[in-house]
Amino acid sequence: MSAARWAGGPAGGEVTVEQTERHPITTEADVVRVRQVVRGLAVTAKMSLVDQTKVVTAASELARNTLVYGGGGSMTVDIVHSGRRRGLRAVFVDSGPGIPDLDLALTDGWTSGSGLGLGLSGSRRLVDDFAIESSPGAGTTVRVVKWSR
Amino acid sequence: MDVGHGDDWVGPLSAERDGVLTRWIGLVGKVLRSRLSEAELARELGDLYTALLGGLREGGTDLDSESFGELRALLAELSGTRARQGFTPRETAITVFALKGAVAPVFEERDAAYHEYTRFSDFIDELGLFTFETYAQARDAVIVEQSDQLLELSTPVIKLWDGVLAVPLVGTLDSARTQVVMEKLLEALVETGSRHAIIDITGVPAVDTQVAQHLLKTVMAGQLMGADCIISGIRPQIAQTVVSLGIEFGDIITKATLAEALALALRRDGFQLRRTNTAGGR
Ligand SMILES: Nc1ncnc2c1ncn2[C@@H]1O[C@H](COP(=O)(O)OP(=O)(O)OP(=O)(O)O)[C@@H](O)[C@H]1O
Ligand SMILES: [Mg+2]
Repeated sequence: MSAARWAGGPAGGEVTVEQTERHPITTEADVVRVRQVVRGLAVTAKMSLVDQTKVVTAASELARNTLVYGGGGSMTVDIVHSGRRRGLRAVFVDSGPGIPDLDLALTDGWTSGSGLGLGLSGSRRLVDDFAIESSPGAGTTVRVVKWSR
Repeated sequence: MDVGHGDDWVGPLSAERDGVLTRWIGLVGKVLRSRLSEAELARELGDLYTALLGGLREGGTDLDSESFGELRALLAELSGTRARQGFTPRETAITVFALKGAVAPVFEERDAAYHEYTRFSDFIDELGLFTFETYAQARDAVIVEQSDQLLELSTPVIKLWDGVLAVPLVGTLDSARTQVVMEKLLEALVETGSRHAIIDITGVPAVDTQVAQHLLKTVMAGQLMGADCIISGIRPQIAQTVVSLGIEFGDIITKATLAEALALALRRDGFQLRRTNTAGGR
């Protein structure tokens, strides 16, 4: 178990981290496992059934983007504490081609492939914090946090 | 790997064939007795021993060489059968490794140099590894077979009523399964001339954009066949998630439960559901 601190809790307060796990995302089976891991941690964080389903679905979207567009990568996931609240944080990293136009990629319905174009914009709505970093040629990192209510 | 000349072993090993085989069968039998009859084991090991001597006689101990073709085929068959019958890797490997114990007395009697036995032992290790490899391949094949069967099994098309079919989906809906579901549903629609298809997702843990896209495709295909399609079993947490995600099911009819979907299909076919006897009511 590793512990770290960073400022960025729900009220901007200090956050403690525990139970960090890293999972590779290189096959479709890994996407399934990401869902199962996130489901397990969401239960540990005592999330409601609705919040569990939302964070699992967001993780599923981001993991598939990592696999399909990023050419594979990983998810680092941990349980975070801020004051008396618990949450789940997941960071998806790939070193793929990157996203040239973030605003466009985050537009509902926009896809460069044959998807529904709702994965990125939809997962942003499914979680509490959403941060994306990407530049052409340097890969993509998406960080999401869901706090249990 | 070539660990030496095999021909100098052939003489003593064939001369003491019966003794070696008896010891070998005894050693393997100790582990596998409950699962294989002695006669079966004797035949199997007898064949292996003959092929082994045949290969050694032609010279060399290179398992990849042509002289060991027969032995390799027998080992592959053995490990394949063991894998399918559910033997563990250990139970399978013991068949080969027990040969070391069985031939040890032959080398002792000959007062053979220690290194000669070591060379023979290395050769048996090669056989063991080969067996292990083919065992693993056979096991993988069994797993693929089983998951294919599971795929078929887990997507039954059920006739709920004359003209009403249902497919209950359980678990992860990936592209392979969607394909199977879609094909089975379309076939069943044609075969039974049904006008209604209900796709029930009560057992699907999460509906993401991929699952949604697969569902939409299946419904569209059903509609092209002239069937009315209903998606049922949308639990509250799934409904909320799908809405946040921004997925629109358009004019596809959705119901919370399979029962409601069936009632709707029957109503559309002109049926009326009415309780005629109040005694059975609650
Ligand atoms: N990790 C990534 N690396 C590179 N490009 C990405 C990455 N993630 C998303 N994109 C780009 O952003 C677009 C929008 O992504 P989004 O997940 O919203 O839609 P989609 O994957 O095309 O369809 P779906 O609705 O099935 O998710 C993608 O089509 C792709 O071009
Ligand atoms: Mg996507």
